[in-house]
Amino acid sequence: MNTVKRVLGVVWIILGLAAGYYLIGSQAIPQFTSGKSEDLVPAIIYTFILMPIITGGLCIFGWYALQGEYDD
Amino acid sequence: MQETITVVASSDKKNLWKVIGASSLGTLIEWYDFYIFGSLAIVISTKFFPPDNPTAAFLSTLATFAAGFVVRPFGALFFGRLGDIIGRKYTFMVTLLVMGLATCAIGLVPGYETIGFAAPILVLVLRLLQGLALGGEYGGAATYVAEHSEPHKRGFRTSWIQTTATFGLFISLAVIMLTKSSMSAEAFDDWGWRVPFLISSLMVVVSYFIRRNMDESPLFKKAKNEGKTSSNPLKESFGKKYNFKFVLLALFGATMGQGVIWYTGQFYALSFLQNVCHVDFDQTNFIIGAALLAGTGFFVVFGWLSDKIGRKPIMLAGMLLAILTYRPIYDRIYQLTDVTNKHELVDQQRIAEETVVKMYDDGSTATLTKTGDTIKQTVRVGAGTFFSIALLVFIQVLYVTMVYGPIAAFLVEMFPVRIRYTSMSLPYHIGNGIFGGLLPAVATYLVTKAQVANAAVVQTSAAIPHDRPYLAGLWYPIIIAGVSFVIGLCYLKNKNQNVQ
Repeated sequence: MNTVKRVLGVVWIILGLAAGYYLIGSQAIPQFTSGKSEDLVPAIIYTFILMPIITGGLCIFGWYALQGEYDD
Repeated sequence: MQETITVVASSDKKNLWKVIGASSLGTLIEWYDFYIFGSLAIVISTKFFPPDNPTAAFLSTLATFAAGFVVRPFGALFFGRLGDIIGRKYTFMVTLLVMGLATCAIGLVPGYETIGFAAPILVLVLRLLQGLALGGEYGGAATYVAEHSEPHKRGFRTSWIQTTATFGLFISLAVIMLTKSSMSAEAFDDWGWRVPFLISSLMVVVSYFIRRNMDESPLFKKAKNEGKTSSNPLKESFGKKYNFKFVLLALFGATMGQGVIWYTGQFYALSFLQNVCHVDFDQTNFIIGAALLAGTGFFVVFGWLSDKIGRKPIMLAGMLLAILTYRPIYDRIYQLTDVTNKHELVDQQRIAEETVVKMYDDGSTATLTKTGDTIKQTVRVGAGTFFSIALLVFIQVLYVTMVYGPIAAFLVEMFPVRIRYTSMSLPYHIGNGIFGGLLPAVATYLVTKAQVANAAVVQTSAAIPHDRPYLAGLWYPIIIAGVSFVIGLCYLKNKNQNVQ
């Protein structure tokens, strides 16, 4: 089980990076550049709230898992 | 840090129920205060945020999003730190007062027409204070009750706190409906909407005096007497790998999945019925109300059960059931409300000036109202369909009780007394405030996107990209809960992580 936990650590890091790419590339940048005021709040939320939590959190979580911090 | 803290002698039973009652009442009032702003959002927006003014509209969006998502985790950090330094009791009395004063003040702020831009700015600030207070309240109440409880009954005792979010919604809707029914529509729109805000001050005063007479948590008192409290809980919680890894595990392996399941069952079901199925507004409130009323007792049932078989299997079972059944459940709800599936009683059709009312063999009616070039359809379902939909919503509420009933005890047991308030509050409010709170907006966006994509290919020979676009919004809770389920399954232990 410990091996599974460590290998999954890589998955969480990749998932975090993919989520960050999606949030910024597909959501935040188009909304920042749309020129519509109603797009500003979601773009700020994607960039400054969601991206750090999901990408940062999952990458650190994955790194800890990879290092065996959650081993039994 | 293998800290093991011996639990002090359990308080006697009578005192324990006083502790649970006082904590639950205060938390209930805080949820009431938080919900009435949302329930009266339409009235508030006309008084403070005129839609024809873009700056006011921007402030309105900020008030909706910022208080629900951004500020709650900050409240968790701010009050969590206080609670771990000066004590649980005084901190959650402060959150209660801040919430009560902010709510009461919203009811007293003059409208946009009277004081101009000062009105939306004041309301925004007060709404932010509400978010801050809510961020600090829950962790305090859960910790306070858990630290008074016998270790083998923590799930049962803290589950009473878990019922307050649902009851708070009930009471807010009940107070609004009672206020509305006691005056004319014009009076309610003019000044009556302020009454539910002002009533909060009475409830807060009562709760304050009840809480004031309670003792500090015995575990915190013991830690303080022995000089074992933390001088810098924030640094210790998030700056030390040993604790921070559990904060991340609590977030990604539990509260993230729990948050989206809670918001799907309690809020998205309502939004789906109103905006996707076009069911009558009052009827949808009755459907959700009936399902919540029938399901609320199960918070206590699953809290109690978690003391017997562990928190992990119950929470993960709730997540898995939700992941597997959300699409069939919502598809069934859609089919039940879709009048094209029903047999129309053509001879009973009523036609007025701008309105056509169609009757169906199961007792349902569809009212088509023409406004300009658009036709709006509102469905009122028959009694049999009403109960079928209420049952489908009730099943979702059961999932909510499975994931949410044991979560307070689960979080409390993950962290040691010295940093418990801080460490458990943050993952709770990120999971619920951010992942859960975003759900209605994200799900609605996904449904709209799928419908637009389908509409774009209608006139071409290309295949329709979404066969059931009305279900597209469910991908958000399914994916988030799916990730949380896998993390929880692989990494969570079905026992206390490091403290009794």
